[in-house]
Amino acid sequence: MSVYSVDTNGYYGQFGGAFIPEMLYPNVEELRGRYLEIIREPGFQQEFQQLLRDYVGRPTPLYFARRTSERFGTRIFLKREDLCHTGAHKVNNTIGQILLARRLGKKRIIAETGAGQHGVATATVCALMGMECIVFMGAKDIERQAPNVARMRMLGAHVEPALSGSQTLKDATNEAIRDWINHPVDTHYIIGSVVGPHPYPDMVARFQSVISEEIRKQLKETTGSELPTKVIACVGGGSNAAGTFYHFLDEPSVELIAVEAAGEGVHSGHSAATTQLGRDGILHGSRSLVMQTEDGQVLEAHSISAGLDYPGIGPLHAHLFATGRGRYLSATDEEAVTAAFDLARTEGIIPALESSHALAGLHQLDLSPNDTVVLCLSGRGDKDMQAYMNHMK
Amino acid sequence: MSTNRIDALFTRRPKGVLNVYCTAGFPHRDATLEVMQSLQASGVDMIELGMPYSDPLADGPVIQASSMTAIEGGMTTKLLFEQLQGFRERIQVPVLLMGYLNTVMQYGFERFCADAAAVGIDGLILPDLPMHEYETLYAPVLQRHGLHLIFLVTPETSPERIRQLDALSTGFLYAVSSSSTTGRDKDMGDQQAYFRRLEGMGLRNPVLVGFGIKDAATFTAACAHTNGAIIGTAFIRALKGPEAAGASIADVTRGFIKTIRP
Repeated sequence: MSVYSVDTNGYYGQFGGAFIPEMLYPNVEELRGRYLEIIREPGFQQEFQQLLRDYVGRPTPLYFARRTSERFGTRIFLKREDLCHTGAHKVNNTIGQILLARRLGKKRIIAETGAGQHGVATATVCALMGMECIVFMGAKDIERQAPNVARMRMLGAHVEPALSGSQTLKDATNEAIRDWINHPVDTHYIIGSVVGPHPYPDMVARFQSVISEEIRKQLKETTGSELPTKVIACVGGGSNAAGTFYHFLDEPSVELIAVEAAGEGVHSGHSAATTQLGRDGILHGSRSLVMQTEDGQVLEAHSISAGLDYPGIGPLHAHLFATGRGRYLSATDEEAVTAAFDLARTEGIIPALESSHALAGLHQLDLSPNDTVVLCLSGRGDKDMQAYMNHMK
Repeated sequence: MSTNRIDALFTRRPKGVLNVYCTAGFPHRDATLEVMQSLQASGVDMIELGMPYSDPLADGPVIQASSMTAIEGGMTTKLLFEQLQGFRERIQVPVLLMGYLNTVMQYGFERFCADAAAVGIDGLILPDLPMHEYETLYAPVLQRHGLHLIFLVTPETSPERIRQLDALSTGFLYAVSSSSTTGRDKDMGDQQAYFRRLEGMGLRNPVLVGFGIKDAATFTAACAHTNGAIIGTAFIRALKGPEAAGASIADVTRGFIKTIRP
């Protein structure tokens, strides 16, 4: 077993575990006990793969970004998760989890969302499977992601505003967990990132690992080698990065680069750069790096991108950071927006604000013509047009 | 080592124990001791003192709001231990600290237990501390400082797991009345089969029922097959309710406890 895989107790090194009240134990234990067996069933795999192909639109292209490559003097490929149905990589995981929930006999689906991409992906698969869907979303995020809220409602989901705390993703997650406690039998909670109690970080990473699986195959076809020199992805909780890194974790020649949201600057007091600002702690059921006060109160994160606006990080990422296997950079709001405009005008692709952080990270790398860089373009920017329009004023 | 006050309580009073929860630093930062003294003066048998946390998974909106008030008022773990210095001169009932693992971890688990024991705390409730971590990392620390650690069980907990939790728990076992966050309305009548089931298991620990106890009827129903009950949300609501305006904490507390144990 790889040192970067989860162990039997749900840990990646010192991070992970399942720090949950007893009220959640039966739900989480049922999942823990059954997820691998269900995912490995040939019938499950057949249905999952078919939906990824015919419904999501996989494999997504691995696009050689010629003009961007010229600009950076290297070879840059974009893994086009923005072309997935619903507009982001999030749907890979929600398809997997809804199939799992159905096999567990669940009738009701809850989810949390920040930018709304995971909420839309969850609402989509619930519509597809005819299941009740409640999406918890911070009241502040409901305001700044109006198009996605409208999409979720059109898909038949109930969007429940989280009014506690900072009214962002962290609080939406608290509300979803509380709802799960109050509905212990019939409800499955589709967590959208590689966070939460074991087995969520491992389960979500497995569903998202289709990204790196395809990268290896596509890169081999294009360049003759399965292995890039660098893979790069943005990180809030870290699901697209986990999927991008997954099949390269045990390939030491591949540098794993994650870009966090520095907001208005890492030390500005308005940031979401967890590896730089966080300490070992417990949030949402797992031990990881958490931005918090000296007294252990969780801080509000800040990013222009609602999807990265989270004061924690998945335990796999905390482990990659702590062991030095992954390199964790950060990009400010301003740098991300600039990178988005650059991509729009050189490649004709409008990226999500989240993915723009990964793009901004390119500027911090020492790139050579011998490098092969794969960047996960996790989502498209339609939902962020308001923020981009504000920038154009 | 002297007998833990919790054990002494259940020896003296095996039935009908009333444990009341209050949030440290609520309704205002310096009210902690005043609330505790009022509870003791009103005849409460045990006090569960909540340590405010920004992201409390098991709590409903009322207790969460009280925690936010306390945090915004400047309540911290360090300040709590300062407030508790010398409290045993005035308060004799057993006192538990209830909170989430993260704040304890940030204070330092060993340091936390040492400070808790030094001021006269009798036990801890940490709902998100898993059994495995407790056994492998934390049990020796608690034992070294003579602190009890109380585990929770719910109607959904399997009999086998109830036995495991009972074997690890010291002081008492906290029976969550139904799977829920704190402060949800429910009928204790529906839960009698669960309480009887626990009673019939011959557990080594006394059992206290919590979540949803709010008046004399729910308290009496919860006590029928167990050793007592815990009240949280209803008391917090009383402390900040309209009747609390202008009244002293002592009067509000006395008035509230009379509605539970007339």
